[in-house]
Amino acid sequence: MCDQTFLAICFGPCDKCGKTKPLMNIYIKTDPINYCSLCVEMMATEGLQENETLASLKNESESLKNKLEEERAKLHDVELHQVADRVEALGQFVMKTRRTLKGHGNKVLCMDWCKDKRRIVSSSQDGKVIVWDAFTTNKEHAVTMPCTWVMACAYAPSGCAVACGGLKNKCSVYPLTFDKNENMAAKKKSVAMHTNYLSACSFTNSDMQILTASGDGTCALWDVESGQLLQSFHGHAADVLCLDLAPSETGNTFVSGGCDKKAMVWDMRSGQCIQSFETHESDINSVRYYPSGDAFASGSDDASCRLYDLRADREVAIYSKESIIFGASSVDFSLSGRLLFAGYNDYTINVWDVLKGTRVSILFGHENRVSTLRVSPDGTAFCSGSWDHTLRVSAGVLVSVHIQNT
Amino acid sequence: MPVINIEDLTEKDKLKMEVDQLKKEVKLERAMVSKCCEEIKDYIEAGTAEDPLVKGIPEDKNPFKEKGGCIIA
Repeated sequence: MCDQTFLAICFGPCDKCGKTKPLMNIYIKTDPINYCSLCVEMMATEGLQENETLASLKNESESLKNKLEEERAKLHDVELHQVADRVEALGQFVMKTRRTLKGHGNKVLCMDWCKDKRRIVSSSQDGKVIVWDAFTTNKEHAVTMPCTWVMACAYAPSGCAVACGGLKNKCSVYPLTFDKNENMAAKKKSVAMHTNYLSACSFTNSDMQILTASGDGTCALWDVESGQLLQSFHGHAADVLCLDLAPSETGNTFVSGGCDKKAMVWDMRSGQCIQSFETHESDINSVRYYPSGDAFASGSDDASCRLYDLRADREVAIYSKESIIFGASSVDFSLSGRLLFAGYNDYTINVWDVLKGTRVSILFGHENRVSTLRVSPDGTAFCSGSWDHTLRVSAGVLVSVHIQNT
Repeated sequence: MPVINIEDLTEKDKLKMEVDQLKKEVKLERAMVSKCCEEIKDYIEAGTAEDPLVKGIPEDKNPFKEKGGCIIA
């Protein structure tokens, strides 16, 4: 039996316009409100306008994307591997692990080479950032961050500092000191502050500026000394996962990749997005400029890596195989750009012939996902970091000059 | 602090951002794919001879060669 009584206000001040009028008792998402009939009508039409604007924007976006495709297609007269038909095939070679760096207590998430071609900085889920001498495998520096999941780390061009960040939304710079009396963490400088996790960071061509990418959907350029925000880059519709700076000869641009499946090329001075590419079918985990700066490669959760040419403004090659079903987490080019190394979530590293589009080698060895991979500055070796807590430095051994296609 | 967090933007804001960007991109000047690919191929061929990971390096010149034992003469 119903024994509750509701007091319905039928006449009184309207919750919206305040005028004393006959009221309509309605509920918006379980909250009772009392609007006069005029305000109820206005609210209903506002909603309608909102939907119309959304629909018209969607249509405009669709038609612009189609137009863009048309314009790009007009210049698409050939595939990269066709142009490379007459190029000599690569000799058969095997990749061998030369050094294994052990010391992290948990998943290795990121690594970077020092310009001296022998030192490496790596960061891990356990909050530790370690600087190694890759020739001797000695640990030269170690610092524990106040947060876990240190997803980004970078070596300063001078070799005198490292930057890192992760779940605390910050990017901090640590000067490297060999003075045994100095605590590395004591001289830490907090540089960047995002509103979500830091996914990637990189110094520009000096120790003075840092570029960051974040789960808050933005990238940002910071002055290291003052911590001041110099420029911010908005355009991604979801988390930004990676970035790479153009080789210094080609000017002030960088490329970023995100969970919105887009790769975007930015002008660092104006903050504007110059070009964008949306051909991947899932998150883009890694982007890397091609050595000449005229193209870049990307690795994605859709298990493919792709090459985009900036002057043709389109994707020009896909590196994939039906047998490869796990996401590519990290990509980098060899010195000449002939080889593309890619680390995958199925624990392997695949080596691709950039011109012919074929795979030339597979490297096994890691016992869990490969999360990060970089070729050394002089191209003699590459380092891979994994969820198996280790980093491996590997190089190639030429076996024979026969054509290998795997 | 950066001006926005993507989670605070409405669907409409994100679409507006995308439409503005697409309008700019439609006007870009593009080069023929064949020309660009030729240039990529030429660049690579010029550098391949010097690429240690493609050509391989002799073991004694390799900075990452296996660490050998000591020989006491």
